[in-house]
Amino acid sequence: MNARTVLFALVAVAALILPKVIYPVLAMDILCFALLALALDLLFGFAGLLSFGQAMFLGGSAYTTAILVQNYHLDGALAILAGVLYATVLACVVGAIVVRRSGIYFAMITLAIAQIEYFAAINWSSFTGGENGLPMTTRGTLFGVSVSNDVAFYYVIFVAVAMSFWLVIRLTNSPFGTVLSAIRQNETRAVALGYRVHRYKLAAFVIAGALSGLAGALYALGNRLAGLEMCDWHTSGAVVMMTVLGGSGTIVGPAIGAAVYELLNYFVSSTAIGRETDLVIGIVFAVCILWFRQGIAGGVLSASWRKTST
Amino acid sequence: MSLDYIAEQVFNGLASGAYYALLALGLSIIFGTLRVINFAHGAIYMLGAFGAYYGAQLIGLPFWAALILVPLVVGLLSMPVESFALRRLASSDPIYGLLLTFAFTLIIVNVMTLLAGTLGSPYTIPQALSGATNLGFTLYPTYRLFVIAVSLAVCFVAWLVIDRSLLGARIRATIEAPALVRAFGVNTPRLVTITFGVGVAIAALAGVLAAPTTNVLPTMGDDIIIYTFAIVVIGGLGSITGSIIAGFILGLLQAIGAVYYPPIATTLIFIVMVFVIWLRPSGLLGRPDSAR
Repeated sequence: MNARTVLFALVAVAALILPKVIYPVLAMDILCFALLALALDLLFGFAGLLSFGQAMFLGGSAYTTAILVQNYHLDGALAILAGVLYATVLACVVGAIVVRRSGIYFAMITLAIAQIEYFAAINWSSFTGGENGLPMTTRGTLFGVSVSNDVAFYYVIFVAVAMSFWLVIRLTNSPFGTVLSAIRQNETRAVALGYRVHRYKLAAFVIAGALSGLAGALYALGNRLAGLEMCDWHTSGAVVMMTVLGGSGTIVGPAIGAAVYELLNYFVSSTAIGRETDLVIGIVFAVCILWFRQGIAGGVLSASWRKTST
Repeated sequence: MSLDYIAEQVFNGLASGAYYALLALGLSIIFGTLRVINFAHGAIYMLGAFGAYYGAQLIGLPFWAALILVPLVVGLLSMPVESFALRRLASSDPIYGLLLTFAFTLIIVNVMTLLAGTLGSPYTIPQALSGATNLGFTLYPTYRLFVIAVSLAVCFVAWLVIDRSLLGARIRATIEAPALVRAFGVNTPRLVTITFGVGVAIAALAGVLAAPTTNVLPTMGDDIIIYTFAIVVIGGLGSITGSIIAGFILGLLQAIGAVYYPPIATTLIFIVMVFVIWLRPSGLLGRPDSAR
């Protein structure tokens, strides 16, 4: 059994007992952000595309789900599906524009395009609740079954997130994943080898968008709220930090990064510093970028790899 | 809708374009020499505004002195950040420079929030610039005309220095072939540090200019940094002339667009950016391979 499998098993066990240890809604947030960070890892860690706009899929899908459950009393399963569909369609449209670029351009453009949705959500406040967001009185039903119990809904999210991780592992181990890595390492060469690079990048962007949409729908139902801050670029930035802190390109890393980020946020906000946690997180992230770019999982895996190879 | 009203909007557009042009200019100067997109540019703009505000509150610093001193101080303070932090990333993917400056943004904004709180602080327009000037067709706020004039002057000087002087030639040569320029006896690391400081100082100047017109808030750079990114993409990443022109044009489009449909003001720049990338991926004046 290799180190990666052990790390995955540890994370899975930790996720299973999480709602017994911490407040269940916080546990749900960790899982949803783990899913969002996973989607970003597929883009950044494998295809080398740093999206600084993943919040547009999270927030848009959250609004779609919340509106359908709260105003139209739709079943949760259909509402989640609608949220994912919104994110997928949006990712197709945005992807068609952004895959023409890579690197730093890609980050700036996704950031700017995500702001269109953010301002649309502000202007369209009759629909989105504007600054107040869209609180839901109830989580409604899922496949006809009530999911008002927080711990029960946590395990619903757990199953969805676990399936997403399985999907991404399968994708990255497939020829598709190999081509994505080739594009990251040398795009010109991938083109020269005859790959239609734009199509691969678009496919990765759309899959990541759909997964981010799933995260948004689950987050909205978990918190019984869709809000502006979910579309905000600070959220996109937070997901980037989670992915890099956890270790980009490792798949398991983003889950660890999401847990570390959310717990840090939670505990720092309960200390004297108060609600202003960006200072601590900013310092941790700056240190990570300067001296520890592999991230947590990357560091653990390369250390164990060195040990076994000597 | 009267023609005078449209003309007034044109001036409003030039006034907001003046800020965009200054910020985009600073961002371009930094990107040109360091290959770093400075995410903290909006936070520095905010620091400039707070510098003017605290200068006036604590030591009674007049506006005219703040206009010179605040950019100078902020620019000087930023130089060690380049020498000790950003330089370490010189050999890695430019994306890590963006991420590091993103971390700086969180730190700067949070520290200012702890110091100043989240409520806005007012800063009064200096006596000489308050009131209105008669433009022939309308009375227009003198202060906004002053902002347009300062911005145009700074942009012109920056263009002159970078495009037409020996110093500019050295900076441009450092971008192309740093090792060669160093072999000719130019202290390239110091040149890069100073250029970074100048880019930062221009952002702080934009902040000082903004202080009398808006509420001075720790989050005041949050939105404008994304607009600046879009403008730099439209103008062509790495093109200083492109950034300046795009800054003024987009300010104008935003103001005129708002006349016909007010909500568009917040998103028009992003929509224009989408069309520009579609039709001309490297931006209006960018070289096709300047940044991938």
